Amino acid sequence: MTATRDKFGRPIVVVTGMGVVTSLGAGKTDNWAKLTAGESGIRTITRFPTDGLKTTMAGSIDFVPVEPFSSTVLGERLANIATEEAIAQAGIGRKGDFPGPLFLAVAPVELEWLPRQELARAVGAGTEINYDSMLRVSGGGQYSAYHHRFLFGSVADHLSETFGTKGSPISLSTACASGTTAIQLGVEAIRRGDVDAALCVGTDGSVNPEALIRFSLLSALSTQNDPPQAAVKPFAKNRDGFVMAEGAGALVLESYASATARGAKILGIVAGCGELADSFHRTRSSPDGKPIVGCVRNALSDAGLVAEQIDYINAHGTGTPENDKMEYLGISTVFGERATTIPVSSNKSMVGHTLSAAGAVEAIFSLLTLEHQRIPPTINYDVPDPAIPFDVVPNVARDARVTAVMSNSFGFGGQNASLILTGEPG
Amino acid sequence: MAETHTTATQPVEAWITGIGLASSLSEGLDAHWQALNERRVNADATTFAPYVVHPLAPISFDQQIPKKGDQRQMEAWQRIGTYAAGLALDSAGIKGNKDILSKMDMIVAAGGGERDLAVDSAILNSEGQGNASPGYLNERLMNDLRPTLFLAQLSNLLAGNIAIVHGVTGSSRTFMGEEAAGTDAARIALARIAAGQSDIALIGAAQNGERKDLLMLYEFGDFNLKNAYQPVWARDGQPGFALGSGAAFVVIESRQHAEARGAKPLARLTNVVADLSHRKQPGDVTATLEKLWKKLGSPDNASAIITGATGAAPATAEERAFLEKHPGIAVRATGTSFGHLMESQFPLGLALAALAISRGALFPANDPTGLEIDTSAPPTQIVVVGAGHWRGEGMALVEAVS
Repeated sequence: MTATRDKFGRPIVVVTGMGVVTSLGAGKTDNWAKLTAGESGIRTITRFPTDGLKTTMAGSIDFVPVEPFSSTVLGERLANIATEEAIAQAGIGRKGDFPGPLFLAVAPVELEWLPRQELARAVGAGTEINYDSMLRVSGGGQYSAYHHRFLFGSVADHLSETFGTKGSPISLSTACASGTTAIQLGVEAIRRGDVDAALCVGTDGSVNPEALIRFSLLSALSTQNDPPQAAVKPFAKNRDGFVMAEGAGALVLESYASATARGAKILGIVAGCGELADSFHRTRSSPDGKPIVGCVRNALSDAGLVAEQIDYINAHGTGTPENDKMEYLGISTVFGERATTIPVSSNKSMVGHTLSAAGAVEAIFSLLTLEHQRIPPTINYDVPDPAIPFDVVPNVARDARVTAVMSNSFGFGGQNASLILTGEPG
Repeated sequence: MAETHTTATQPVEAWITGIGLASSLSEGLDAHWQALNERRVNADATTFAPYVVHPLAPISFDQQIPKKGDQRQMEAWQRIGTYAAGLALDSAGIKGNKDILSKMDMIVAAGGGERDLAVDSAILNSEGQGNASPGYLNERLMNDLRPTLFLAQLSNLLAGNIAIVHGVTGSSRTFMGEEAAGTDAARIALARIAAGQSDIALIGAAQNGERKDLLMLYEFGDFNLKNAYQPVWARDGQPGFALGSGAAFVVIESRQHAEARGAKPLARLTNVVADLSHRKQPGDVTATLEKLWKKLGSPDNASAIITGATGAAPATAEERAFLEKHPGIAVRATGTSFGHLMESQFPLGLALAALAISRGALFPANDPTGLEIDTSAPPTQIVVVGAGHWRGEGMALVEAVS
């Protein structure tokens, strides 16, 4: 009988269900086919007018209709789609009765422009519109649905009700590392023995004018709008920023003991998690790369592995000049000479940056890489950057023997988090 | 992140070793203790009339955020929180201790920052006057939004600022979701310490309650206290909460870690439990609180209950029904003195419970309805209760270290 605890005596945490939706499509099958075919989900934005914007493309998800549009509503729908797929695959619990807690990575919620404009109309013509006049018409119950909708906890509240998760659901944000943190919280709860299963979800539906403009004003976005499919160029010399994208990833985590006891198919193991915060700057990494190095080393140590045992890195790889440079510095510090030979690819070259969802989406793609023994490429890689001599699996997917994957996430606010994912224990 | 590979076989005892408070009453522990003992209330019913708020007391941010450049990069909620976090580290005796801070875990419960009200208003006025060409919103936002405003609004940037200003970098996690986020920050931090996954953690939250955009969100649900201030238990005829400005942070630490560095406990954090009732039926909040009480081991001999009861209907009435099932325990509602601090509600309760235990006294009742009773017995066991105005129920057991 295989051990159900790892070498540190902790319960082994396995993945038994996965669901994903990105700009490439809904579901693992569709996403994997397109991802390994090197297709891009980035397209010109049609959801709202882009007049006057420097960036006019995104990995928006328009096949999930939300009318009138709301980023929070879309985020919730995407989370629902991904979670349904994950729970169906895991075959766990009963419908509406998931036997564990919810950890949800979700974009910070705030009142959006359409309701704000509705309030302004309610103020009426002839009255100056400001927060005083809008406040005067806000009460009385007419807009109570907006209170419920635009609470930060609303998406988790609804998901927990739909899927019957247990206890107080946790909504979290560690910026672009959020999806990874959601998985980490699930892993920790199972290792503590607090729970046998956890539902870890990351979702983001943030492609709206203000969110796009906020990132644009920070000069974080690519402006290479034409053609949109070629915009994201991780690790290439002509990279100029990330592209916003929408998506969701959901994972059912279980203790290995619990999963095998109910005969569940094991999709992979979350062998280790690492994190380390950076105190250098609000949007930039410490120039010495130490926090990234420490984060990656913490993940390896937590997994009880050494760098030599990792045979693929699913990079954060946003395509911003800064991130990709720092990611190389961090990886090359830990991996030494192997940094130039180990495959390192960026899913974001195809799906864009799904922000709060990215860590969960990319963990799923990492697990699919293990399952299919095939590494998705980094597309749009035509002009190598001599300062980043990674093997980025340029433009074409590659068959490879992959037993352990590192998936990295780094975000604004000094957020660094990494996962180590492996195949089923032998 | 602590190097903690093995899971503890016995739960590790956790202490509260530091508290940082900033609020409408004051800043720091001595001044708060004095204000509570004087039953002081700082409520403002005119500035945001008809809404009542508890405005932030004068605070010299330079004391904890020495660089003006850092202060300029933050909005009020981040400044208040970063300030109080620094006080908590000071109180724990680890301010500037790089060895400890670089391994210290952090869970911040956060909402978001204030919008640029002038920009919003100008756009809405202009649209109201017929300026609705495609791309008008884009043009205005591109030109009028300050590039750094986004960072001052982002939920995880309170934690980011605490890392930058104070050097807490072991890990940085931000929970969102109003009151429940504050409860869960404490719950997860304690669970990790108890299991040996973490040695020391900073948890807490901050709010700037003097915000019209925030008042608007709660006004949609008719949750704001209007016209005249009343203590929390005296709002039967006019339920609602008065938003308060303030922040509460606590340092939670394994006993072993504290003893190794010679730190004294303010109190023991014995347990934190939480649930989310979907509140479909009248009485659901009462029933959920009752369930959590049992999960805490039915501490019917507790010295006191410190609750963040908001004053909102129906949650506070349902909580009152729960309290009435446990008579004889001295109750204190923080909302009366501090207003409703939302994500900080529960951390504030933990902070005041630890403070009361460390001072060997419970602060006096402040309640004309008689629900709160005075007591002179030194508190040894305090239950912290937090029921969210809309969702989320939590409870903690804070005890004296004998």
